[in-house]
Amino acid sequence: MSDVRIIAAGIHPFGRTPGLSGLQQGVFAVRQALAAAGLDWSDIQFAYGGSDSAGNADTMVSELGLTGLQFINVANGCATGGSAMFGAYSTIKSGEFDLGVAVGFDKHPRGAFDPKPADWGLPDWYGETGLMLTTQFFAMKTQRYMAEHGISVQTLGRVAEKAFANGVLAPHAWRREAVDLETILAAPMVSDPFTKFMFCSPGEGAVALVFASETRARRLGLEGVRLRAAAVRSRPPGSFEVFSPALDFVRGPSPTTLASRAAFEMAGVAPADIGVAQLQDTETGAEIMHMAENGFCANGDQEAWIAEGRTRIDGALPVNTDGGCLACGEPIGASGLRQVYENFIQLTGQAGARQVGGDLRLGYSHVYGAPGVSAVAIVER
Amino acid sequence: MSPIPAPLAPPIADRLMGFDADGAPFLLGGRDRVGGRLVFPLPADEDRFEPVRLPDRGQLWSWTIQRFRPKSPPYAGPAAFTPYAVGYVALGEAIIVESRLVGVAFDALRIGLPLRLTVEPFTLDSGETRLTFAFAPERPA
Repeated sequence: MSDVRIIAAGIHPFGRTPGLSGLQQGVFAVRQALAAAGLDWSDIQFAYGGSDSAGNADTMVSELGLTGLQFINVANGCATGGSAMFGAYSTIKSGEFDLGVAVGFDKHPRGAFDPKPADWGLPDWYGETGLMLTTQFFAMKTQRYMAEHGISVQTLGRVAEKAFANGVLAPHAWRREAVDLETILAAPMVSDPFTKFMFCSPGEGAVALVFASETRARRLGLEGVRLRAAAVRSRPPGSFEVFSPALDFVRGPSPTTLASRAAFEMAGVAPADIGVAQLQDTETGAEIMHMAENGFCANGDQEAWIAEGRTRIDGALPVNTDGGCLACGEPIGASGLRQVYENFIQLTGQAGARQVGGDLRLGYSHVYGAPGVSAVAIVER
Repeated sequence: MSPIPAPLAPPIADRLMGFDADGAPFLLGGRDRVGGRLVFPLPADEDRFEPVRLPDRGQLWSWTIQRFRPKSPPYAGPAAFTPYAVGYVALGEAIIVESRLVGVAFDALRIGLPLRLTVEPFTLDSGETRLTFAFAPERPA
């Protein structure tokens, strides 16, 4: 079994790019990653790729080159990127290949997602009567969490304020203007308790990562970061998931809790060892709840943590250093890989104005999506 | 199960709800014949899930206001949009069901609010009406 390294990363800026398809943005990201590594597409032995609504990843061989490589398409909702990465990780770890790519891209139309009930095993009435919205789910999960654990509306606002402040410093972010707390809190309510600045928007973008075995990375002279853990988990009994017409009365843990525990165990490290974390923040409440579900703090501690600025770039545990989904938007297929991209950039000291200081050793990333799936990765410099 | 009391519209789906002899509505859940887990809505597989009548009273477990018109499809409501309240309602200690909330001012919504099941006409974009379920305060608020 080989150790797995991420030796290069590429990104197409997130946001809206009218002139390029999602697939073309994926090609852009792959080319940028290859150029950074000084590699040619013909060097790549395998690829995993996917998008949620921008086409089949393997068709990008038309633009990148018909080298005959093994290219596997991945479709796993919000965990598409995380699943592509898990594929690359397992492929190298098993010794099957020693150099490959994971690529995720997407291009969504404006406005909220419009899932079809049948695709999720749900009856039509659930969508017809206006109950099947991701925004409602996160609003209600957050509303309950705030009441149970004493989280204030100000704290929801501070998470958005931090996201936009970090987005200003990230060249690949979509929203690159700071928004002050007062404006965030006074903005029109979209789905209580969230104002319009507390939600991310579906968008566009692409990310590619180049993976190599320890041996191959050394031979190439590219250290990059070591992928210490990659875990994808589905939901356990009693969890509270998006698209749920009903919940079990007896409440249970979440897929995030399972994926997080598995990843920490694989890596042999603890939450306190992590120097920077990218946590799914499709809404400000999601970032807050995911801090606890991933084991970084106890339920309710977020109120003090965030008031003290502990999750800011200059804090004890910087969270979502590129502004996360709130500032970058959410192109589903690319979003999970963007988090790993950001950790790669941070750990290799290339983050410029948003660089986390000190001796940064471990980066943590977490993505969550319907119908209850989480992917976690831990990388080490 | 008794027929739908006149003059109510046809339900938006079969196997979603029923009415007792007094005309009172109830939601149809399913109990897993193996593990005993209670689910809603009632799955099609009746070999595995025994149909059960869910409690018609409960407490608001969480809530939000849907303030923008959901995309169509899947949303089947009219083009003209009025914000509506949505919540999860804990029915006894049996199950927590997602529902529209009616008969309550948005600013009166709070976790723990006692609620009871009611039926609500839902107007489709075509102008036709279908019956759906909702929860309303025990006493008008």
